[in-house]
Amino acid sequence: MVRPPFIVLLLGVLTAAAAAAAEPGPALISITQRQFAPQELQLPAGVKVRLLVKNTDALPAEFESYDLSREVIVPPHGSVTVFIGPLAPGKYQFFNDFNPDTKGWIVVTKP
Amino acid sequence: MLGTAVIVFREVLEASLIVAIVLGASRGIPKRGQWVAGGILIGVAGAGVVAAFAGELAQSLSGNGQAIFNAIILSLAVAMLAWHNIWMQRHGKEMAAHVTAIGNGVIQGDRPVLALAAIVAAAVMREGSELVLFLWAVAASGATSLPMTAGAAVGLGGGIAVGGLLYRGLLRIPLRYFFRATAWLVLLLAAGLAAQAAAFLNQAGLLPALGTGLWDTSSILSQHSIFGQLLHILVGYTARPSGIQVLFYVTTLASILGLMKWIPSRHNQVVGSY
Repeated sequence: MVRPPFIVLLLGVLTAAAAAAAEPGPALISITQRQFAPQELQLPAGVKVRLLVKNTDALPAEFESYDLSREVIVPPHGSVTVFIGPLAPGKYQFFNDFNPDTKGWIVVTKP
Repeated sequence: MLGTAVIVFREVLEASLIVAIVLGASRGIPKRGQWVAGGILIGVAGAGVVAAFAGELAQSLSGNGQAIFNAIILSLAVAMLAWHNIWMQRHGKEMAAHVTAIGNGVIQGDRPVLALAAIVAAAVMREGSELVLFLWAVAASGATSLPMTAGAAVGLGGGIAVGGLLYRGLLRIPLRYFFRATAWLVLLLAAGLAAQAAAFLNQAGLLPALGTGLWDTSSILSQHSIFGQLLHILVGYTARPSGIQVLFYVTTLASILGLMKWIPSRHNQVVGSY
């Protein structure tokens, strides 16, 4: 019997646990025709948020934010998960590293 | 064309600076050029494979596959950089002697040439896979191919040139201080990469943030600026770091420094007891 390496099992369990522990349902940002929608995403302060970044275009994109230290390739017609926070109130910029004109903000306010 | 050049430049820059530091830090190690070149080739091949399976990687592990993969690759690079520094601490004096008297005496012990190749391969693979996907995106978006090719060539050349400048700058450091200086560069590079790995594990939800935005220096030095990006690559500068990034940075720095002090002195004691 071929057993998956321990590290893979461990990562799987940890990922599942982390996903289960995330409080609210996922927030959504989509990339459509090389633009983010919404361009300004409102999020509550002090909560860890699961963000689903969905790419409806036929081109790969890279969702990146220096303010949040986040960086992930979003394949064409694909989606990825990004956990962020808990954040303090303020504005956090994100952008598509493959197309610097494509920018957006996460605006965090007190709930 | 300019947009393409800038993005290609930024992707190439990180790998190029890491290659420059590795070449500097390994000065005098026999055949290091071949090992570094081998690492670059493996990195380029790996970049192609990672880019080809980017979709599968992204969807794996509940959409967290890519962040976890990056964290593993970065951790491997941190371990290899640590190994190199610990080895150099033990053999630094021999190395300095070897550099001055070329071909005079063979360095003994397990030379960390494999570590050099792995560090370079990891950097080239990570940045290269992004580059491949970006160029594909540009090509597929219908941009005319000549300006795009020219932009990519300018970006690639520029990125490699900055790495070359760093390497030549390193060689100007007097030999008395050379290996101490490169050891610090390797140390800070490792700490910065460890902080990046922490950010990826936090992004995947596997590590807590321990506070986001502990401080904000983006108005003083933005990571969008070229200097901010250089510092981000070289010493892990982050304008708005989270607690977990700072914790990994400091812990990695302290651990490697501690091992550099402890392992060679322990080795010397064993040798001395004979």
